[in-house]
Amino acid sequence: MNHFLRRQGWVTGLFALLIVLFIATKIIQPGYGSGDFGSLARAVLPYAFAVAAQTVVVIAGGIDLSVAAMMALTSVTAASMMAGASEEYALFVVPFVLAMGFVLGAFNGLLIVVTRVPDIVVTLAMLFVLQGAALLVLGAPGGGAAEWLKALISGTVPIPGLPAAIDAWLPKALLVLIVCLCVIWIPLRRSRLGLSIYAIGSSELAAFRSGVPVARTRVIAYALSGLFAAMGGLALTMSTGIGAPIPGPYLLASVAAVVLGGVALGGGKGGLLGPIVAVFVLRLVRTDLTLLAIDPNVTAIIEGAIMVAVVMFGAFITMRGRQ
Amino acid sequence: MTTSPLLDASGVAKNYGAVAALRDASLSVLPGEVHALMGANGAGKSTLVKILTGAISANAGRILIRGEARDIRSPAAARRAGLLPVYQEPSLIPDLDVLSNLRLTGTPVEPFRAWVRELGIPDLDLRDTARDIPLAVLRVLDLARALAVEPDVLLLDEMTAALPANLAEKVLEVVRRQGDAGRSVIFISHRFVEIAALCDRATVLRDGATVGVVDIEPGVEEKIVELMLGTRIVKTHVAARSVADKARPPARPRITVKNLRVGTKLSDVSFDLADGEVAGVVALEGQGQDELFAALAGSIKPSGGTIEVDGSPVKFTHPIDAIRSGIAYVPGDRSEALAMQRSVRENIALPFSAALRNWGPIHMRKERATVASAIERLQIDTRAQGEVQRLSGGNQQKVTIARWIAADARTILCFDPTRGIDVGTKQEIYHLMRELAGNGKSVLFYTSELEEVQRVCDRVIVIFGGRLVDIFPVEEADEPALMRAAYGLPRGAKADVGILADPHSSTQASNASDAAEATP
Amino acid sequence: MSSTAITPSPLPLGRRAKRFMADRPLIPLIILLVILVVILQILRPGIVNERWIANTIKFAIPLAILAGCQTMTMLTGGIDLSVGTVATMSAFIMATQIVNQDPAVAFLLAMMPAVLIGLVNGIGVGVFRVHPLIMTLGTTLIGTGCLQVYQRTVIASGAKIPDFLAWLGTGVTPMLGFALPNALLLFVPLAALIVFTLARTGFGRLLYAVGDNERATRLSGVQYWQVITALYVTSSLLAGITGLLYIGLIKAPSLSLAEPLVLPSVAAAVIGGTSIFGGRGGYTGTIIGALILTVLTTLLTILQMPEGARRILFGLIVLFVTAAYLRIVEDK
Repeated sequence: MNHFLRRQGWVTGLFALLIVLFIATKIIQPGYGSGDFGSLARAVLPYAFAVAAQTVVVIAGGIDLSVAAMMALTSVTAASMMAGASEEYALFVVPFVLAMGFVLGAFNGLLIVVTRVPDIVVTLAMLFVLQGAALLVLGAPGGGAAEWLKALISGTVPIPGLPAAIDAWLPKALLVLIVCLCVIWIPLRRSRLGLSIYAIGSSELAAFRSGVPVARTRVIAYALSGLFAAMGGLALTMSTGIGAPIPGPYLLASVAAVVLGGVALGGGKGGLLGPIVAVFVLRLVRTDLTLLAIDPNVTAIIEGAIMVAVVMFGAFITMRGRQ
Repeated sequence: MTTSPLLDASGVAKNYGAVAALRDASLSVLPGEVHALMGANGAGKSTLVKILTGAISANAGRILIRGEARDIRSPAAARRAGLLPVYQEPSLIPDLDVLSNLRLTGTPVEPFRAWVRELGIPDLDLRDTARDIPLAVLRVLDLARALAVEPDVLLLDEMTAALPANLAEKVLEVVRRQGDAGRSVIFISHRFVEIAALCDRATVLRDGATVGVVDIEPGVEEKIVELMLGTRIVKTHVAARSVADKARPPARPRITVKNLRVGTKLSDVSFDLADGEVAGVVALEGQGQDELFAALAGSIKPSGGTIEVDGSPVKFTHPIDAIRSGIAYVPGDRSEALAMQRSVRENIALPFSAALRNWGPIHMRKERATVASAIERLQIDTRAQGEVQRLSGGNQQKVTIARWIAADARTILCFDPTRGIDVGTKQEIYHLMRELAGNGKSVLFYTSELEEVQRVCDRVIVIFGGRLVDIFPVEEADEPALMRAAYGLPRGAKADVGILADPHSSTQASNASDAAEATP
Repeated sequence: MSSTAITPSPLPLGRRAKRFMADRPLIPLIILLVILVVILQILRPGIVNERWIANTIKFAIPLAILAGCQTMTMLTGGIDLSVGTVATMSAFIMATQIVNQDPAVAFLLAMMPAVLIGLVNGIGVGVFRVHPLIMTLGTTLIGTGCLQVYQRTVIASGAKIPDFLAWLGTGVTPMLGFALPNALLLFVPLAALIVFTLARTGFGRLLYAVGDNERATRLSGVQYWQVITALYVTSSLLAGITGLLYIGLIKAPSLSLAEPLVLPSVAAAVIGGTSIFGGRGGYTGTIIGALILTVLTTLLTILQMPEGARRILFGLIVLFVTAAYLRIVEDK
């Protein structure tokens, strides 16, 4: 129990914060119901995948600035492929786009390992490149998405035997998120590869001395990040029905949620649950601000300020840890 | 013994650019043997260890394991070849728990547990994160992890450093039993007592080459010291110093250090430094001298004790505070002190721009004149004007000192300034230090080359295990005495605390108590 | 470590070439610029004339000043992505405040967000040690939000471009038989000031030194946070001035006015030979880098290369130049 608390204390605190926020929401807007929760889950979806993508590389001791651009590229690719195509064609598009994210992510990692240019510069350059590629695929927002894909994240999950009142609080989007993340994360966490990712982030020297193939592990971490980003891109297309070539605000949001989620920006620490809960917290803050009838632009400022404060706080903690 | 060696390395060489870290090292370890690897600072021990364990690859040489040539390219390959190291810094991943660390290296859990108990830690929780485990325990776990896979050759680098007495005892016992079980151990240590109690033979390195292999037997201590020092054992001349210099009444201390403590690395060190003197500091690697210099330079905050400058206590929070008190620090690693891509002039003039009020336009003519006189005084060869990184090591080192001469610092802390530079420049630096002292400045001078002490210093401060061993006047500081002191044996104690003395002797105990402090 | 010094042998040609590149980065840059202009002239004979040159200079100047911000921050191993937003804010505030305010007051108001953002950037990077990229990206978000809120408050009063700025941004003055853009009146002293600061002031020295070896500067008594804070405030001020110039050139205040200049400003500094790792580079190279990029943009437009391809190209340039630079440094 002691161990659990020490390790999960941060995440537990975040959960508590989330619940407090839900209660606050309910107080501000007594009518807040399952439908609103569904739209929250849908709004969270792309952010959550972006955060997952960032989390993997940050745990491995790196950073990926190309997350948002990667999402834009995969999103427009999916949207333009599915535009006017048959419903079945989407069955091919989804794995194709996921594979594309994985390969591009691996390419990021390879560039870092081979050129030895720092990760932050490589992924910055890749940010330009992927953005450009997204513009080449689709010059302006457009394309389409298969109906079944859109249906996949709207509505709720009918579970037989459950009363409709509870059922209504299980939006499909949440389920998709949980399934996608668990399918990759849980086996990874339990595997030697997962341990290696933590190891290179925690101490590259110790990892090397423990016989961890450092370069290979790093490439795989970036590939996984690309895969998650591709999921995020797909989620964007699924929720909007189109693809937009201009990257959304996912980069800073992902870094902020990673820090808020208890993953140290030096690597080796934390898990995926914390950052995901952090995303919900950040989104819910936005919802509350909107419900309080605050100008959406002011909301953007407050959000930005929260993120910057969180990142500064994270950097401060890291600095303290080093001393 | 006629058995063939388990590990046989010969002709191993390693160059870093133009610098040869190892020239011709050989090491032959028989089955069932505990073999000591010895050598003074910079003799190449750590390089040889890194090569044997696959952390770096050699430029030349042959490594045979059980008579088969093996190419050890990575730590994983060394592991497969049956060679397992336990490094000085624990190699458990700090953010993973012990169990995950075992899984990462494919170590079986039950044997590990058994070894941990055997090594004297009965109540280990495998769920503990490595970061939360005290350093001493962590080192023991590292050892247990290595023992659990039953390696043919176990390589222990300063295994007992930072261990409290009870753990150290257990560790030594286990190591001895390894030998009895037919497995070999390579044992690197600075402690003669341990080597005497444990090892069968010792290989001695000097200047990157193996200079001798000796059987450990009574009286071998002298021989090992002799091998480590080479032919330089002949007493070198005492630096020529004017009589007036000597006769001068002792000046008021410029810096007084009282009971200085820095974490677990340095405890209870007191000495003072007077104007017009060069005080030497002698210590083996990692005995706390780095922390001592960093604390005096304002780079780290001491955890206890006081530093007084000109009689008034000071608290440094940033090197600028030390510089304002006239204390300048010349680090041992030149890459730490120089902006390598900038010119000699900019590097020398760097402290001038540091303060906010000096951010404006630079008075070029004045700066050139100041810098030129410093360059002149140190005879820096500035033909390669462009960037400091194109200068030779010796000239780079001169630039780091010239900076503080140009800034007219009253006290200069020199940390091994002659490491890796040519003989001529070394002479110039010795001369410079004497000259500075002659001009009333004070110099604290850490050196890893004992012969320099006689050439330069007025007094010598010897540190071992973070504690002050002795302060010698230079007349008594011949190399064998310094070497003994550096190994923690104070003056006049030679007969009692020799190599074959009881392993629980005074130095051992004092070290153990140090380490015990490290264990919360 | 024992040492055996090896006397330096004559350098092989490859290394000499690298050393040359490291010492005189301007010459290959100028050659590249000339080649680009020649290609342009071949593709569109007659395009290179007096008007074209004046135009190219006019468009290169805002880019060159923003690239100056990047040069200075990159010398310390940082980057300032907030310059686009800062420039936009200054421009927008100037254009809207001039309607009701005295020009001097409007100018001061326009410079205020620049100082604030620079201060926040500097404190975040210098005191809290947030990575400059993340920090400046964050202030970009906040700045954009503030600008949007501000826009609503002034939506009624409208906006106009002060004549002086229009004159500065677009006007040309015939001189010595050449039509010289008026923007040079601002740019030449500014560029001279930057070059002088970098080469001949204590502050400039410290920028190089901090980026080259922060530990060494610390041991020399330099307080990192002071240098970094001053740097980011300076960078923001320059960006603000660029915004004023740019609004005079574009003449249409919008909320994403200077945003498209951010990536090219990084690329211009990198092309100009400033190391993204800090400690090496200079402003003259950056100016030529900005000219090269402006000409390149014309070229890509003529070749009907889409915006996407241009971004890919910029990204690849940054990556390729950085990797190449790393090889030069490693092989010292």
